[in-house]
Amino acid sequence: MQPIHSSRRILLPVRNWFIVLTLFLALLLNLIPFGRLPGIPDWVALVLAFWCVHQPLKVGMAAGFVLGLAMDVADASVMGQHALAYVLLAFAAAGWSRRVLWFPLSQQALHVLPMFLGMQLVMMVARMLSGAEFPGVLWFLSSFTATLLWHPVTYLLLTPQFRPEDKDVHRPI
Amino acid sequence: MSVAGHAPPPFFKRGPAPLVRLAFFVSLSLILLLADLRFHTLEWARLAVATVAWPLQRITWMPIDAAGDAGAYFSRQTTLLRENEELRRRQLGTANLLLRQQHLELENKRLRALLDMRARLPAEGRIAEILYAARDPFSRRVIIDKGSQHGIAAGQAVVDDIGVIGQVARVFPLTAEVLLLTDKDQAIPVEVQRNGLRAVLAGAGAGMMELRFLAANAEIQIGDMLVTSGLDGVYLPGLPVAKVAKIDRDSSYSFARITCEPLAGVERHGLALVLGGRLALPPQPDDAPSIAEQPGRGKRVKKKAP
Repeated sequence: MQPIHSSRRILLPVRNWFIVLTLFLALLLNLIPFGRLPGIPDWVALVLAFWCVHQPLKVGMAAGFVLGLAMDVADASVMGQHALAYVLLAFAAAGWSRRVLWFPLSQQALHVLPMFLGMQLVMMVARMLSGAEFPGVLWFLSSFTATLLWHPVTYLLLTPQFRPEDKDVHRPI
Repeated sequence: MSVAGHAPPPFFKRGPAPLVRLAFFVSLSLILLLADLRFHTLEWARLAVATVAWPLQRITWMPIDAAGDAGAYFSRQTTLLRENEELRRRQLGTANLLLRQQHLELENKRLRALLDMRARLPAEGRIAEILYAARDPFSRRVIIDKGSQHGIAAGQAVVDDIGVIGQVARVFPLTAEVLLLTDKDQAIPVEVQRNGLRAVLAGAGAGMMELRFLAANAEIQIGDMLVTSGLDGVYLPGLPVAKVAKIDRDSSYSFARITCEPLAGVERHGLALVLGGRLALPPQPDDAPSIAEQPGRGKRVKKKAP
């Protein structure tokens, strides 16, 4: 396992409890009541997309669905709104994982931006079809914040998997 | 099953194909969406999850609380002094009204008793603090710190010191959600204070409200005060609601487009008063047994010892 496919560093295997812990912490971050402040990223979507790209066999649509239901209750929104959006996000992220991982981090961020925007669009369509008000263009700012956070979050979440880089001239690999 | 009778190695087993899983979860989500939007049948699940998640939610308020405390700590003394002065002046200004209010209420009661009318229910209330605005960007809701444990029920009106804020929409054990007047789903029956013209005021989003279904030539002016008419049995009559901000009388439409702005600090945070339900039964006469003495359902009536 490498950080990205063109990297020469080899990662330690991921621990399952670490994935669960980070998703849980993201959920806690999402519960912080910022009200209608624009530009606050959807942490759950960010971490979910990260794990779907890096561990598509372990984290997928089921995790997205469960986290979505939790967010629906926490946000006082309609049941199924976040669930639908996160399931689609997980599908896209896991499906594109083979492609995304070939790119350096800045271009990976450009790949996940349309996923986040699509997720917000799905939520907006689901709610506006039922007669809710338009939340304003600034609401979409949170996708761009999440995209900017892709680079630091990658390093943060991969830290436990990095091993010290020891240059051993006698080792074949 | 392969030809040789061996099961395929386990690392090829990845469950159903991604598209199958996608279809399954998407249809499940859509069913949930429909069930919640059209039939409102998922309140029990929401209640259960919210109750379990309550301690977590309490933890996540800490950063916001801490930020608020820090802000209050560093707020300058002059600000506080000015606010104090302002409050004292307002109190003096309203003292006159308050004193007369008591007098008038007593007088009113006597007159009503004379007229043998049902005494109007006193406006009972419960003070609640608005904790935060719900994160959902598609609706206007706030969370207050009183719930079903404190006797809050869905449908109660919520006011602040200036006017109506909204209505309790959803009740959890320790908190409740208040749907603000500016939400698109919220409507409130009002009348124009100046001439008693009755209408329905509905949220228009973006912090504004709209007077609906008033004829293009209705007698209404910019600056008119709108108060609750009390026709719905939820809000007490006479509570200030909004002020007319803009009137657009286009003769090509049969109705005027009337935009109003709320009076109360609907989008601000602070203290609010949850009014008791208005449709409570009138107080029982003294000779009837009180509720506490009545046997509960399913219990045997004990005969009193002679």
